[in-house]
Amino acid sequence: MSAYDDRLAAFVGRPLVALRPAADPVNVPMIRHWVEAMGDTNPRYLGASPVAPASMMQAWTMRGFGAPVVAGGFDELVALLAEGGYTSVVATDSDFEFVREVVPGDHVSVEEVVEAISPEKATGLGAGRFVTTLKTYCDAAGSVVATQRWRTLRFQPVASSPVEPVETPRPRPAVNLDNAFWFEAAREHRLVVQRCLACKTLRHPPGPACPECQSFDWDTVEASGRGTLYSFVVAHHPRHPAFDYPLLIAVVELDEGTRLITNLTGVTADALSIGMPLEVEWLDADPELTLPVFRPVATLEH
Amino acid sequence: MNIGDVLPPLEIPLTRSLIVATAIASRDYQDVHHDPALAQERGSPDIFMNILTTNGLVDRFVTSWAGPTAVVKRIRIRLGAPNHPGDTMTLTGSVSAIDDRRVTVDVVGTNQVGVHVSGLVEVEL
Repeated sequence: MSAYDDRLAAFVGRPLVALRPAADPVNVPMIRHWVEAMGDTNPRYLGASPVAPASMMQAWTMRGFGAPVVAGGFDELVALLAEGGYTSVVATDSDFEFVREVVPGDHVSVEEVVEAISPEKATGLGAGRFVTTLKTYCDAAGSVVATQRWRTLRFQPVASSPVEPVETPRPRPAVNLDNAFWFEAAREHRLVVQRCLACKTLRHPPGPACPECQSFDWDTVEASGRGTLYSFVVAHHPRHPAFDYPLLIAVVELDEGTRLITNLTGVTADALSIGMPLEVEWLDADPELTLPVFRPVATLEH
Repeated sequence: MNIGDVLPPLEIPLTRSLIVATAIASRDYQDVHHDPALAQERGSPDIFMNILTTNGLVDRFVTSWAGPTAVVKRIRIRLGAPNHPGDTMTLTGSVSAIDDRRVTVDVVGTNQVGVHVSGLVEVEL
């Protein structure tokens, strides 16, 4: 048994709620509210010598609206359970035994004592502990009128999923001043290639200087969107939730001569062959990200 | 009366008004029983019926069958699927034991999600 279990066990037999009288004695107006709301037309409840519905026992001793929480064993136990991660609560069982009926004029009090706290159990709601208490209801003379064994499950809520599951977004490209133009064009579904203004050499990936002549001056040309499969790999693991697997990762050589790394779509790995003709298709991954992907060129059927 | 006797089933339309009115009539002001927004914040799709009301409805179901001379001696319930507005709970029951004047009725209340309540009521006739 852990030290934590010992601390919980110390609550067994302890009053959680010290004997507390109901705000009001049993009375006809509250019985009337109850039977009206419950739709209960039993004539005993509002007749000449009325009795209170048995099931109403707990209602007499409820704290009422906005009642201040009184510090005591109950709050200490709740805090200790929260310390163990058992922050949620659901009532599972109520077992009332009635010694006698109560009638208008009876003044009911209630006391609640811990009977048992279970070891941790796996439940459908999450790991939790069942807390069993006994509420004893007494009349003004101190005689027991009813008992109520009460069981609640205090549990560690399973990490709640958001109301609308948010799909994991595709990893963001590292956009900077030197390559932003390329991703901005992609958002407009334009595949562009950087061109050196000095020597007219095309280059990709984007960079600040021409690898041929070191000029910093550049512009872009729009690519045809056609190319061939230069190389590819098929990724199986490790998996990232933003992608579908097996994931086809290709180096595509554009008709303009530059190559880019991209994904293939509309094709499976066994249908790929080096040199096969491909054409661009636009993947609008999310509102902030559009990327070119490539698919095999549709062959004309004759 | 015999063991196995079946009670007339009781269908209870679970209106929002019923759930709120019964919670307030039982002096249970926990927000999950009357405030849909706060109920959702606490992880529930909507407000739901409080336990005192489940006890009250099970009590009504059995005593309306047993008659006004019956005195309730025990109500034991186990709680399951919550009662949300818009649903209907159907209470069914049958006599499971007779001991002199004391009669035990097994009760089940189901809604469209499943079993909301199961248990027993003992009455003295």
